[in-house]
Amino acid sequence: MAVKQGKHSLIMQKPISVVSYAAVGSKKESEGPLANNFDILNADSTFGEDSWEKAESTMQKIAVKKALEKGSYTEKDIDYICAGDLLNQCISSTYGLRDLGIQFIGLYGACSTMAESIGVASIFIESSAAKRCAAVTSSHFCSAERQFRFPLEYGGQRPPTAQWTATASGSVILEEKNEPPYIRAVTFGTIEDLGIKDANNMGAAMAPAAAMTLKRFFKDTKTTPDNYDMIFTGDLGKVGAQLLCELLQRDNIKLSQDKNYTDCGLMLYDLNTQDVHAGASGCGCSASVLCSTILPQMKEKKLNDVLFIATGALMSTTSAQQGESIPSVAHLIYISNSFNS
Amino acid sequence: MFIEYLKAFLIGGLFCAVGQVLIDYTKLTPARILVGYVVAGVVLGALGVYQPLVDFAGAGASVPLTGFGNLLASGVRKAVSEDGFIGVLTGGLVASAAGITAAVLFGFIMAVLFKSKDKS
Amino acid sequence: MDKQEYSKLTDKVSQNSKSYLNIPKAFVIGGLICTLGQLLLNLYMYWGADKELASTLVSVTLVFLSALFTGLDLYDNIAKHGGAGTLVPITGFANAVAAPAIEFKTEGFILGVGAKMFTIAGSVIVYGTLASVVYGLIIVIFKLY
Repeated sequence: MAVKQGKHSLIMQKPISVVSYAAVGSKKESEGPLANNFDILNADSTFGEDSWEKAESTMQKIAVKKALEKGSYTEKDIDYICAGDLLNQCISSTYGLRDLGIQFIGLYGACSTMAESIGVASIFIESSAAKRCAAVTSSHFCSAERQFRFPLEYGGQRPPTAQWTATASGSVILEEKNEPPYIRAVTFGTIEDLGIKDANNMGAAMAPAAAMTLKRFFKDTKTTPDNYDMIFTGDLGKVGAQLLCELLQRDNIKLSQDKNYTDCGLMLYDLNTQDVHAGASGCGCSASVLCSTILPQMKEKKLNDVLFIATGALMSTTSAQQGESIPSVAHLIYISNSFNS
Repeated sequence: MFIEYLKAFLIGGLFCAVGQVLIDYTKLTPARILVGYVVAGVVLGALGVYQPLVDFAGAGASVPLTGFGNLLASGVRKAVSEDGFIGVLTGGLVASAAGITAAVLFGFIMAVLFKSKDKS
Repeated sequence: MDKQEYSKLTDKVSQNSKSYLNIPKAFVIGGLICTLGQLLLNLYMYWGADKELASTLVSVTLVFLSALFTGLDLYDNIAKHGGAGTLVPITGFANAVAAPAIEFKTEGFILGVGAKMFTIAGSVIVYGTLASVVYGLIIVIFKLY
């Protein structure tokens, strides 16, 4: 069983291996710096469907099927699938996965869902509740835009702090196996809120949650950033990434964007040429960067010890209209190529 | 002739520049700014200061949404003077009916013809 | 860290809008839309319309053009630069009507197109009309007509 270490962290006692993974993106992702790392890039962001919600569902299904195919599995080999997305009632996941016949655990952590679903899936396997689990999340620029902001054809201007919801999905398959990389530890976050109300500055709203979860993980495991090759946050973007460094600095934890820290939202697109303002966001951002870039680099041993902290802003359009500030959460998973219990 | 276009350009541009200042510095949402412009147009129209501006700048003052507000105000004034009290209820929308109906009609036609596209 | 301190830190780190670009762009693009309005106004009057009719026809034409550009997926791309320049003219109102009408077609013509058409622009009509009613009452009460 996973052992609780410190107050907040769970350490896996069994080798929870990431046996397969896949990343799917669309046009904008195909024009970004990580394009070559993706398994599937569909230039048509409708994915052949007649609504954006259906498009996202289809994209998520493609991501799961690709991960199954790469690992030579079928749906029957998977005990549980932990999945989530940004849409109301998580319909991208429920409709996307409805035909797969896998026991479904729907999760909502906004853009933090990928780390959350991997965490939950790992604990299921660790506790022998499942032999093999899948975890998947997705986001689609168009479905998110029409739900959270404005119709796509509406002429609005985005401020420089706004982020661009990725049209992407990432899925992983986990099982107990002696094959790196492994999920070594999970730290689920608490809900943090430092009073940011600007829905066009999500990075600022989420940075305190990332800082809190990281701080707790380092304290619980008695480690420092130096123990890891790279620390990745989910989608803090330009503003949030800088705020995270400043927040941790106050606790004497040193993250440097030139050295040991980066944000998936800063990796997916070219901020100078792609008109995405402060960077990428959405469940699909961290999930697709994890599955297209981070995990393959671990397989190739370019990275051996990685912290992946996905952050989510937990507001809705209703809470925003009622003038509420934006609460956020950050979940951390520690992925390593070595396992010694 | 040329001076007419120049006035329309300058005054119209000025209305928009003020709107941009509001967007950039006050964090007002676009919907709030539109409402503000229309109501401001009604108030300025009621005070009698907007019509002279329309006479001066032509489309430069009538095309911005303040002009729409001015139209509502002048419509009410006209309707009340012609029909009495009932003009309070009919004046505004009667004067602005063409613009609103056009928006409904053309909005609907576009919805029939087109579907929403991804931003590139 | 408390909320005030964090708010200050956020303001320090967050980039501001490039107003030195946005405001001139809004001025020029908005100004051009109004100039187009003036051109149409003169054209309709040249064709024999009186000033009031011509002015109404200008509004209708601009609303049509805006709705068409919205359907062709062009208006939002101009508005990205235009900002208030494409928001404040009546074309911005028409865009705010046409965009949700097109976007919510996937939810059907009654609950989608029809019901969502005024999600953004509805407030403009509501508060414009209410303001005109208040003005009308003032006229009636103080006998200003």
